[in-house]
Amino acid sequence: MTSNNGKSDAVIETIGLKKEFNGIEVLKGISVKIQKQEVVCIIGPSGSGKSTFLRCLNLLEKPTSGQIFIEGIDITSPACNIDLIRTNMGMVFQNFNLFPHMSVIENITLGPRKIKKTPLQKANQQAMILLSKVGLKEKANSYPEELSGGQKQRVAIARALAMQPKVMLFDEPTSALDPEMIGEVLDVMKSLAYEGMTMVVVTHEMGFAKEVSDRVLFIDDGLVVEDNKPELLFQNPENPRTKSFLSKVL
Amino acid sequence: MGIYKWLLYVYKKLPLLAEGTLLTLELTFIAVSLGFVIGTFAGIGRLSKNKFVKTIAAIYIDFIRGTPLLVQILLVYMGLPQIIGKPIPAMLAAIVSLSINSGAYVAEIVRAGIQSIDKGQMEASRSLGMTHSQTMRYIILPQAFRRIIPPLGNEFIAMLKDSSLVSVIALEELMRKAQLVYTRDYRPFDILFAVSIIYLIMTLSISQLVRYSERRLRVNDKQ
Repeated sequence: MTSNNGKSDAVIETIGLKKEFNGIEVLKGISVKIQKQEVVCIIGPSGSGKSTFLRCLNLLEKPTSGQIFIEGIDITSPACNIDLIRTNMGMVFQNFNLFPHMSVIENITLGPRKIKKTPLQKANQQAMILLSKVGLKEKANSYPEELSGGQKQRVAIARALAMQPKVMLFDEPTSALDPEMIGEVLDVMKSLAYEGMTMVVVTHEMGFAKEVSDRVLFIDDGLVVEDNKPELLFQNPENPRTKSFLSKVL
Repeated sequence: MGIYKWLLYVYKKLPLLAEGTLLTLELTFIAVSLGFVIGTFAGIGRLSKNKFVKTIAAIYIDFIRGTPLLVQILLVYMGLPQIIGKPIPAMLAAIVSLSINSGAYVAEIVRAGIQSIDKGQMEASRSLGMTHSQTMRYIILPQAFRRIIPPLGNEFIAMLKDSSLVSVIALEELMRKAQLVYTRDYRPFDILFAVSIIYLIMTLSISQLVRYSERRLRVNDKQ
């Protein structure tokens, strides 16, 4: 990675990230580095700011202060072309947010066609490869309303992957799913992790965090309370707040 | 007078009334179509982050919706020639005033349609790297336009009725035809009643279409 002002060779680095909503401070200064190919899970109680933190990383939320570097580029600077940065950062939402007026394959090819100007045929070929990867090849011409929640989320992952991003952000990707559909989505995410994708995952799936992640951040009340390897954080939490949270969810 | 005599009278006037009806439909169709184009821009403008654009759109919408259409028609037909120094043909004045009027109402419909689209749609599209205007064009507006078909139908009905006001600038649409007939025949009830029925048939058919499209959209809109 090229570094900028010697600042960082991390894929993602935040420095003193703060975010206020109507005078209420949701993020109180978060400084985190995420390296290439790392899988980082973010856990914490609801309302702790973990989703807000994730949404700041591609500027869906504008931080109140602090800096965010993506591959060394300060995206909080007004000179930064955020649209260009976002093409390298896929995002998966809790509520899927598929485009309901487009078929599955159109959902996936839209980005490559309109942003990268990929020819239709080539975009379709790539989309079919992604669809078979998430196990939904036969749904290419279905519409989102015809899919189950788990299928929708797998399409949403394929849609994000179609831009060939370097980083994938997941915002509670299984929280809106029926229990029996969580597994199929987590399996897709696992295979993605094993392929070496850099991933930041806000999740309540502690099993997934334990098994797949390289690092777990515990965020509470707008701060990173604990940042450690999963085996250490889950078995031997240092902070009492982490302990009390884990005792409730495990 | 009996219903038979009335029917016979109306039958005789039918060619005239048909001419007027055709012009009424033509005017309404043109006004709402142009109004749709104007309204789309004004509606988007109303939601713009750019203060200047937003203010211009707001002034336009508030001015048109806050003043009588009759005044607007006369302002274009009588008022504008005083400024530009030459007369404006009645047909042009009618189209201009009706379209501008319709545009303001359509703008509010478009604005509501855009605002009804889930915020997640904008976020998902922007997170792919699409620009704001690409997102509007490919994601937000196609969904918003489908949702506003029913209210646009209602706007069409309103415009169909309101277009009768251009009779004051002597444009021979349905209402003006009726005036011409009763000033000659002195049978205002007969002709005005006939004209009412014609308007009613048109508005009822369109509202049936609107209801049908509402039902179809409800089926398609389940996500």
